[in-house]
Amino acid sequence: MATKKTLTFAIMDGPYETARSTTALRLIDIAARRGYDIKVFAYEGAVGLSFAKQAAHANAVHGRSVEEENHPLPRRWVAAVMEEAKRNGGSVEWVNCGLCADERGAQEAIEGVRRGSPGDFWKFVQASDNTLVIPTR
Amino acid sequence: MNEYLLIESQDPLESGDVLDHYRLAAELVQAGNRVTLFLVQNGVFPARSSPASDALASTAWAGVTILADGFSLRERGIASRRLIDGVAEAPLDTVVDRLAAGHRVLWH
Repeated sequence: MATKKTLTFAIMDGPYETARSTTALRLIDIAARRGYDIKVFAYEGAVGLSFAKQAAHANAVHGRSVEEENHPLPRRWVAAVMEEAKRNGGSVEWVNCGLCADERGAQEAIEGVRRGSPGDFWKFVQASDNTLVIPTR
Repeated sequence: MNEYLLIESQDPLESGDVLDHYRLAAELVQAGNRVTLFLVQNGVFPARSSPASDALASTAWAGVTILADGFSLRERGIASRRLIDGVAEAPLDTVVDRLAAGHRVLWH
């Protein structure tokens, strides 16, 4: 079994608009499947990834119902990687920058995500084997 | 000697500083470090043989190990057989491997 590691990811891109968010979740998922302890500091637009009020919608143009459209919701992916890490003996500690959440009115996050500050990012880095910052463009 | 993983997510045709990133990789090798350039997202475009791939080929020639995310290649319809010499397909797991191994990682 691979040695357990602790990795921190700092992300700042929101949902739907950039491939960086997808790649970040792919990386976190890989680490989760290994049972690593993962720390995520989400700031700027990335606080939207775990926003609890994301809702699927129908597609009137294509005549699809909500169920048929099956619109992807990043909050489900965030919840899924948390579950995956737990299933493999690891963890995901996901912190949203509080001021970034306030600015965007996105304070309501899914269960398991907490509000924090850049001080949390500093603590994460101190506690980790390595850190990857994925900056916005 | 240090180990570096430079992640390039952009196509040089969309951003002028991609070439600076390639240059950084080559200069880190010249300084005696071991460097991997990992291409992801649109960063894989110059990995297919085209006039835009010259700078990437030079970077490989300078001793940088260049890997291209298989998922990103497939998303863009780029077959492995079209990759230029010096670029190999690799899974994104490679990034997590290198992070876990303590390599110095930089995302562009």
